[in-house]
Amino acid sequence: MSEAKTSLPVANGRVVRTAARRSRVIEFKVDGEIVPAWIGDTLLVAVLSHRGALSIHEFDGEPRAGFCLMGACQDCWVWLEDGTRLRACTTPVEPGLAVCTRPPTDGLRHA
Amino acid sequence: MTKPNRSDVAIIGGGLMGAWTAFFLRRKDRSVALIEKGSVGEQSSGVNFGNIRLQGRHPSQFPLSLRSQALWEDIEALIGERCEFAPTGHLYLALASEQVDKLVQGAHQAAVHGVEIEVLDGQAARARWPWLGSLVHGASFSARDATANPRLVTPAVVRAAKLLGAHVLEHARATKIEQLAPGFRISTDRGPIIECDTLVNCAGAWGAEVAAQFGEPVPLFAAGPPQFVTEPIPCIISPSVQSVDGTVIFRQVARGNVIVAGFPRGPTDPIANRAPVPPAKIIATMNRLAEVAPVLASAHVIRVWSGIEGYLPDMLPVIGRSGTTPGLLHAFGFCGHGFQLGPGVGLCLTELAIEGASRISLDAFSITRFSGSATTVDEKISKEFDAAIAARTGGSRIAVDRE
Amino acid sequence: MHKVVIVGAGPAGIAAAELLHVNGLIPTLVDEAATAGGQIYRRPAPDIELDMRRLLGRGHRRYQRFHARAGHLLAQIDYRPQTTAWAIFADRVWTLRDQIIEQVPFDALVLATGATDRTVPIPGWTLPGVVTLGGAQALLKGQGALIGRRVVFCGSSPLLYLAAKQFLAAGATVGAILDTTPFAAKVAAAPDLLRAPEVFADGLKSMARVRGAGVPIHHGVRLESFEGDGEVSAVRYLDRKGRAKSVHCDAVAFGFGLKPEAQLADLAGVPFRYDPTFRQWLPATDGDGRAGRRTYLAGDGFMIGGAQAAEISGSLAAAALLQDAGTPTHGIDRSALRRRLARLHRFQHGLSRAFTWPAGTLAGASDSLPICRCESVTAGEIRRAVGSVLGPIDINRVKALTRVGMGRCQGRFCALPAAELVAAAAARPLEAVGRLRGQAPVKPLPPTARVRDRS
Repeated sequence: MSEAKTSLPVANGRVVRTAARRSRVIEFKVDGEIVPAWIGDTLLVAVLSHRGALSIHEFDGEPRAGFCLMGACQDCWVWLEDGTRLRACTTPVEPGLAVCTRPPTDGLRHA
Repeated sequence: MTKPNRSDVAIIGGGLMGAWTAFFLRRKDRSVALIEKGSVGEQSSGVNFGNIRLQGRHPSQFPLSLRSQALWEDIEALIGERCEFAPTGHLYLALASEQVDKLVQGAHQAAVHGVEIEVLDGQAARARWPWLGSLVHGASFSARDATANPRLVTPAVVRAAKLLGAHVLEHARATKIEQLAPGFRISTDRGPIIECDTLVNCAGAWGAEVAAQFGEPVPLFAAGPPQFVTEPIPCIISPSVQSVDGTVIFRQVARGNVIVAGFPRGPTDPIANRAPVPPAKIIATMNRLAEVAPVLASAHVIRVWSGIEGYLPDMLPVIGRSGTTPGLLHAFGFCGHGFQLGPGVGLCLTELAIEGASRISLDAFSITRFSGSATTVDEKISKEFDAAIAARTGGSRIAVDRE
Repeated sequence: MHKVVIVGAGPAGIAAAELLHVNGLIPTLVDEAATAGGQIYRRPAPDIELDMRRLLGRGHRRYQRFHARAGHLLAQIDYRPQTTAWAIFADRVWTLRDQIIEQVPFDALVLATGATDRTVPIPGWTLPGVVTLGGAQALLKGQGALIGRRVVFCGSSPLLYLAAKQFLAAGATVGAILDTTPFAAKVAAAPDLLRAPEVFADGLKSMARVRGAGVPIHHGVRLESFEGDGEVSAVRYLDRKGRAKSVHCDAVAFGFGLKPEAQLADLAGVPFRYDPTFRQWLPATDGDGRAGRRTYLAGDGFMIGGAQAAEISGSLAAAALLQDAGTPTHGIDRSALRRRLARLHRFQHGLSRAFTWPAGTLAGASDSLPICRCESVTAGEIRRAVGSVLGPIDINRVKALTRVGMGRCQGRFCALPAAELVAAAAARPLEAVGRLRGQAPVKPLPPTARVRDRS
């Protein structure tokens, strides 16, 4: 259901939305937790509006939250629970996406 | 006039074969000059797949291969570096039921030569390696097989050889080789002149040029498989994997990247040594990878490159004494499977140079097999190479391919 | 009909497409983004209510004009948005959109691929909250979002002031602007900067606006580190008198000018030339953008010049293409455009002296500083590799030994700093260290993508 002009939420993440959205609010998940977002948000904005980081880097073990924000540095790739990989800064958020900040394959046996 | 340097042995070609030969010669206290036109290990030795594979070899190679494997397993003690050597094991996959027989035959042949290989049906394979997709009809697993990082190996072996006193000349192309009978004199474009008793031709894809100078041309051609690497993902796949039908070869390194190679091999340019890979070749292999190991379906490909290797129509290398010239030894044309043989070849060449005979028979790899008019052409040439290469290679003796 | 493929729908690509269309061609225009504009004219995603007039100020009129022209044009050509060009081979561009791969054949190719920020690694540069200058702007223009609540802009670039001005207009707090180039250098560069008086004036106005808003601006600083535990919380620096200072923040936007995205040019076989002014290897063209067989380059994708230079070079490249195809060309005064472009390039030379690339700082960097953020390769590892190499050292050899440039971004952000580090460690001129070679795919490719044959 589409909504009329909506006001901005106060979120606790690192990214701050300054512009209102005319689009509808949707829900998606980050590490199992339901998070609201707007159609038109990139996945990066949607996740970082509520979190401080997108992923943990595989080699230095530190959190990463993107760098170039324009699809060049490839720092912002995230995992979905079904194993899909998406580049957060260039991918629009969709209802029902289940993002995880750690690889969903972490539990798989090394065989 | 430059005063010539005198060595017991001069080696042309600073790739894997030349490096190991220099190393073992120094261990036997022979003076060695290693002459390399670029940087050591830059060509095939540096960009091959990295398999240290016993499984799937031509039967004539098993003794050499086993000798080499024992040396690989001791690499850290030998050269002081491990170069990411890992006993991953090697897994052959039958992706259609008619390929299963090939696996079984291969396992029997290997057993005869002392290589233990397990054969499993599709279900058992998936139980053991849960990341295998439903496409797999059967598998054979050779536990002793291993992998290492080819980019690191040759420079490491050369470092060890240098520490033992080998004289290494890089960026020195051999411009003229004169026979002193006995011995040889090699002039280089950088100035130094080397004189030696024994000359070893380890010049890889350029090996036939050297051999031709001594009246023994071979039908060597340069080609390379398309290869690519994915982004790093969590480590799931332990063995090195290869489909029997040749459509995909892959292994996951410790850092998590998956290295993949496919067929058909295409022509490469040994001069420029930069082969742009037709994108179409990569896509078929990519799609196949996602089918064989669905867990890799999202591991994005981040770079493509072409290997460059010297091939011979019978898919066997040239190793051993020259057929025409005393004091000349050859080791080149490893047809894409030389990485595993490196240390063994180095040791055998050292024995040939010093004792006059190698402890392993190298007759099957003799350069003299090309001195007749007919050449055996392995069926792999038509199955695993571009059609243009296969057509050119069929049956008769050809000149060195220089495209 | 002459098939032309253009890659990039920023000002250069649109200008090229326009001239080709006016002269009877229907080019195919491939662009990665969902809407045209590149970086400079990036527009907000649909349904985001961002007041672009307020944000862009004087730049708004050009922005509006661009989108009006682009909208009109794109409806009449073969426009393919959200489509990534990832390889060039045998006169075809290989594209990816939504898991579908296509080959697009061309008789002539125009690459207008734009640029990205040039950065130098600084301790803490991988912390969440640290982004590039261009990235901070992209997020604001494209998503109406700020990278943080209290932002420090640092590095050296005219974009420092422009971005800070835009952030202020959007309601952000700007903690400071830390410009590593001394003010005196800007004064000295003024004669060259006056060659583009409007652009120069715009820049001065941005500086004045930011100063007027009370933002502390420091020139001639030396950036020491981005501090924080799990996220950035402060920037430590030495002021121009060498005194240790710190400014707290929750986000940093930094950069030192731009570098072309030239990977496709590399794959298209365009030769590269070392440019000592910009200390980079750049694709080589003739004055009008011809870059070799069937290939034309335009915009920041081959030489940084800004939006106006991009439009001019797009037109010139299209004109060269038409001329080479034997088509009489209407709607362009090439001599006038060439003169303007030359002036704008002189202006860029001035900018490079007013906002300098800190070439020397890496020589003194700590061994533990990560140079390649994808593969976590440190300055120490690169120095050790330089020391271990037998023979003359170049960047490709260092790459083979350390993995620098082997990660997901394939050297986009580490290649230049790594080359500076190698040159310093090996005591060789930067040009002798060479450049990393491009290979396909220029962006990561999913293994499940399948080929579709449009024919």
